[in-house]
Amino acid sequence: MSKAPSLVEVSNLTRVFDVSKPWLNRLLEGEKRTLLRAVTGVSFSIGRRETLALVGESGSGKSTVARMIVGLLPPTQGSISIDGIDMWAPATAGQRQKLRRRLQMIFQDPYASLNPRWRVDRIIADPIKAFHRAADRGEIEHRVGELLRLVGLDPADGQKYPHEFSGGQRQRICIARALSSNPEFIVCDEPTSALDVSVQAQILNLMRDLQDRLGLSYFFISHNLAVVKHMAARIGVMYLGRIVELAPSADLFKTPRHPYSRMLIDALPDLAMSGRQRKPIEGEIPNPINPPAGCAFHPRCPHAFERCQRETPELMASGMARAACHAVAEGRI
Amino acid sequence: MSEPVLSVRDLKIGFPTRRGVLTAVDGISFDIAAGEVLGVVGESGAGKSLTGAAVIGLLEPPGRILKGSVHLKGQRIDNLEPETLRRLRGRRIGMVFQDPLTSLNPLYRIGDQIVETIRTHSNVSAATASERAIALLQEVGIQGARSRINAYPHEFSGGMRQRVVLALALCADPDLLIADEPTTALDVSIQAQIIALIKRLCRQRGTSVMLITHDMGVIAETADRVAVMYAGRIAEIGPVRDVVREPHHPYTRGLMGAIPSAEVAATTRLTQIPGSMPRLTAIPKGCAFNPRCPHTFERCKVERPEPMPVARSHAACWLVPEGVGVEP
Repeated sequence: MSKAPSLVEVSNLTRVFDVSKPWLNRLLEGEKRTLLRAVTGVSFSIGRRETLALVGESGSGKSTVARMIVGLLPPTQGSISIDGIDMWAPATAGQRQKLRRRLQMIFQDPYASLNPRWRVDRIIADPIKAFHRAADRGEIEHRVGELLRLVGLDPADGQKYPHEFSGGQRQRICIARALSSNPEFIVCDEPTSALDVSVQAQILNLMRDLQDRLGLSYFFISHNLAVVKHMAARIGVMYLGRIVELAPSADLFKTPRHPYSRMLIDALPDLAMSGRQRKPIEGEIPNPINPPAGCAFHPRCPHAFERCQRETPELMASGMARAACHAVAEGRI
Repeated sequence: MSEPVLSVRDLKIGFPTRRGVLTAVDGISFDIAAGEVLGVVGESGAGKSLTGAAVIGLLEPPGRILKGSVHLKGQRIDNLEPETLRRLRGRRIGMVFQDPLTSLNPLYRIGDQIVETIRTHSNVSAATASERAIALLQEVGIQGARSRINAYPHEFSGGMRQRVVLALALCADPDLLIADEPTTALDVSIQAQIIALIKRLCRQRGTSVMLITHDMGVIAETADRVAVMYAGRIAEIGPVRDVVREPHHPYTRGLMGAIPSAEVAATTRLTQIPGSMPRLTAIPKGCAFNPRCPHTFERCKVERPEPMPVARSHAACWLVPEGVGVEP
């Protein structure tokens, strides 16, 4: 393949986890294997310099998608290709190594994702050494200083240990580490949900500046719709392992199509104090081990009808967006 | 005006260390009227949870109240004997914590936990208490309460557990409910349910609420008045509508601008407050916010501002008496 229009191409991604009891227990208690479908048939693409976000409540499978994309978790089915190279079945082993340099990840908890026994400069230099991005020690040192300045820290901070920094500063270190291999694509799994709002604002602004400066593409995961709207051009809403709606950000907030997206947007706190009453969503996310038949959302959906209980809806175009809902497809809502 | 349910005056909380006493909450005063919901908002380390813990007498040693007083309906409660305080806790002040799993005992059925609490606070038979527990569970929206009463905490989801915790906190009809980050551990959809529930129950019973959270959205939805805390002090306190829409303190303004909102176009940059909250060991002289404030002048660096009336709120900022309109 020469030049693909989009950088990341994810098609029909599915992941099943085996959560069975141990073999002996199953034998004695006469139980079958228990399978959990964390992600089912997820497809999307991310263009260069674009941010795509996935939003959903806990257990919706968004982090599992992220881990499959960076190669931390093999998919059960489906494929991920980055710049035309298949992540899980590359033509050569060297290709995969090259691919890995081009994508990095920022994790949720900046307290757990930095080695407490390493100095910051060693943490940031690690990817540079692993991918042979510098010729000698002097060049590494220079590059680390440059990266620290890029994320708003002082080059002298490289001599300190992670515990000497606040949560926001640690997240900056994580970003510097992610940038040290000159990636094109960064997967961000809830990068600000452990931070206070004012620090969150600093990090979100920084991430957007870096995107403009370095031409990065982001795959952004969050449970916070407002954060996602601020960061992403397109948003996918996940519910029980499926994307139920994929729409341009402004479009999703103006005219949400899927009843679940509508509910999520209705549930946002009214900060402008316009007097809008938010409608609490009834019920809770069902157990993914035993999801409802048909559309997984139908037990909570105010528009559910007979077809929703028997047939799983596919993503269908509706205006600028795509929604997986029978009611939308039939024009009922 | 009738007597406030809770009245906190010049409260100072500190932690003695080898290098001297660290002051975590420094001279804060506020009232909560009957049936009122006061939101206490601030970032981590602002001292909001400590204030809640001090009111209910649950400060973890070595933390202790250094100065000031706490009155509940006119009765001073900060200097009570532990035993007297224990009787008051639960009966007159209810508490809801962030994590519903650690607030419930995993080894007891939830019905038994509620019955035990009811019987501790009022002299009723086990059968009456059990009936009351079922009624309470129905009230907090647990379906099939009569059978669910025999379930263990692990059999409930996070949202359901928080409902049970709320039932526990309200079972003795307290005058005041302290809710410390009650919805932080929950998903947005469940968060909306729990907030609606707290609002409904407390309005029905006329319970006053001290709602501690870092989430301005939750405050805007729930509270009547809000106190914004910064570095152990109240930066601004006033009716929630005024504080959210026309904040007077530069910190509040920065905080409001930093929140990404669904209403604002995504192209706008978030307001950035430079720096971070000072450590307890290095709280700046004068106004604690002065190193991060865009409007700092000489007086801010030497003299500490107390909350001063401005419009319908109070703001602890020297720009207020200067009469300078703080334009963003």
